[in-house]
Amino acid sequence: MTDLLTPAFATALLAGAITAGVPLLLAGLGEQMSQKAGVLNIGLEGMMLAGAYAAFVAAHGAGPWAGFAAGMLAGMAVAAVMAVMSVRFGLNQIVTGIALLLGVEGVTAILHHLKFATTYPRLSPVASWPLPGLAELPVAGPALFDRPAIVYGAIALVAAMAWIYRRTYFGLALQAAGERPSALDAAGGDVVRTRAAAVLAAGACAGLGGAFMSVVAAGIFVPFMTNGAGFIAIVLAMLARGRPLMVLCGALLFGACLSAATALQVAGVDAPVDIVQMLPFAAVLLVLALFGQGGALPAALGEAWRRGDPLGK
Amino acid sequence: MIVGPAAGHFLRVVAGPLLAALALTAIVLLLLGVDPAAYFRQVVQRGLLSPSGLQAAITRTAPLLFIAASLILAFRAGIWNLGGDGQYLLGAVVAAALAAPLAQALPLWLAWLACFAAAAAIGAAWSVLPAWLRAFRGVNEVVSSLMMSFLGLSLANVLIKFVFQDPGTTVPQTVTLPVADRLPRLLGGALPTGVLLGLLAVLMVHWVMTRTAFGTRLRIVGLNARAAAHAGLDVPGLTLAVFALSAGLAGLAGAVDVLGVQGNVRADWNPAYGLMVVPLVFLARFNGFGAIVFVFAFSVLSVGGESAARRLGVPNYVTLMIVAILLAGLAAGEVLDQRAARRRDAARAAGGEAAR
Repeated sequence: MTDLLTPAFATALLAGAITAGVPLLLAGLGEQMSQKAGVLNIGLEGMMLAGAYAAFVAAHGAGPWAGFAAGMLAGMAVAAVMAVMSVRFGLNQIVTGIALLLGVEGVTAILHHLKFATTYPRLSPVASWPLPGLAELPVAGPALFDRPAIVYGAIALVAAMAWIYRRTYFGLALQAAGERPSALDAAGGDVVRTRAAAVLAAGACAGLGGAFMSVVAAGIFVPFMTNGAGFIAIVLAMLARGRPLMVLCGALLFGACLSAATALQVAGVDAPVDIVQMLPFAAVLLVLALFGQGGALPAALGEAWRRGDPLGK
Repeated sequence: MIVGPAAGHFLRVVAGPLLAALALTAIVLLLLGVDPAAYFRQVVQRGLLSPSGLQAAITRTAPLLFIAASLILAFRAGIWNLGGDGQYLLGAVVAAALAAPLAQALPLWLAWLACFAAAAAIGAAWSVLPAWLRAFRGVNEVVSSLMMSFLGLSLANVLIKFVFQDPGTTVPQTVTLPVADRLPRLLGGALPTGVLLGLLAVLMVHWVMTRTAFGTRLRIVGLNARAAAHAGLDVPGLTLAVFALSAGLAGLAGAVDVLGVQGNVRADWNPAYGLMVVPLVFLARFNGFGAIVFVFAFSVLSVGGESAARRLGVPNYVTLMIVAILLAGLAAGEVLDQRAARRRDAARAAGGEAAR
């Protein structure tokens, strides 16, 4: 048994936590907005997967930035279907989300099979933007401050989201759409449009998260590669109680669990892969059991809204 | 109006969406460079019209029916048990581990019964945490049951590789149950026992939910938990019961698949039936009879789709895509139909006003 407290292990764990945590952070921030508006966006996993595939294709042809843009657009495209079906038509949000996930799984696996099944191309690593001074710090430097620009962007998004929720009319409208949609309606707001905007934003964030997975973290697209990350992001958003900063903390925690396998390998510990794979989900359940009580979720979460609803939610 | 209300209803809810979904699928297949006519011909021929294909499609319904029963029970009680995949696979692994040794020690029927009981028990056990979190701490069960599902899939692999590994082979799998010891086929081989049991499970659940006091209580909890609590119903207790029954049925689905068809479980095997059946029972509006029809149709599609995939060189995932498209089409049809009904009601109300 080698020493777990070497700088190499610490760097690997921290770097891995960021690499695995950024997709969770992006998707979690998106889901948070969608949940605030009252839409439990179970299709998040599908939006991530669509983003991962589209980003891989675009990055393969035109570089990482084209990949990120394509990932966001693909996530938004899936989100648009979700918005039409569950917000505009008021269909069950959970079933719509599952159907979207199945559809995206099918479509991306087929496209991947037809385009790349024989070649399995790999993307070259995305160039990092070292922050002068900070990047030379011992353990944290290479893990935190010598990363691709998108990592800093994702962290900046936390602050941007907090600003939107606290300081803008849209943030207020989101909250009303989730807590008491009829109040928003009576105040002259548009519940359907607000919720649809939130779902589309969630799609863009989740698509970008998926893009990060395929373009930055893996450098390759594999069918079903999100493997539950979207669902973990949903839990993150639920536990964050509406606070973007909490999503960041959770994303790092679960990111560390997801990357534990690599870090343990660096430390020379040989744990069976199936047991290591259980770690993030076990951690999520543990956190849910400890802190999930009375999750302070929006009152109208998961409820379709139609004007003149007798329940008047 | 050109068509009567009933015909219009049928057109909007069944025929239109089906045709639209078929057309959309055909377009996608064309884009993929596959001849849609050849694809659909192959699906129908190999999934429905050829005796061996039809047989395979019927056999495949067995686990799907149990999962449909599991989901109908939970959904009608307002519980979103989405942990079916993990519960199914753990049930399958436990049944596979017990089947071979028990079949030698006990009379066959007793061995099968023990396997069923163990599979139902492990499935139910795997739902205790989400059930408890939902019943006593108000944690949304959608995500907790999904997390348990991912955990269960990995645990199943651990069990196969380190606990129940067949010592006779290096392939990571459980001991294979001899064909002679598997569940028999009834009616001269046409009807696998598992399918009969699956049909019984769906019909039982349908009957319990629509015709018994217990089912009525569950539906009240599902429709409005607060009202149910005011009416003196033990909501946490009923929640635990629903989860246990639903997850137990999912575990049985795994057992029936192993005892009837698979004979063993290999590592990393996961047919992922759990989430697949969710849209099907939803389209059937949680009605047992409707669910049987949809499950059979899906079975035909998936058996025929596999064959078409082999023949035409398209990946097997086309089935996944078709189900999603079909669901979107049927859901959109439902919405159009509701709108038409509302317009009709409005027109009738306006007509009534005028007559007065």
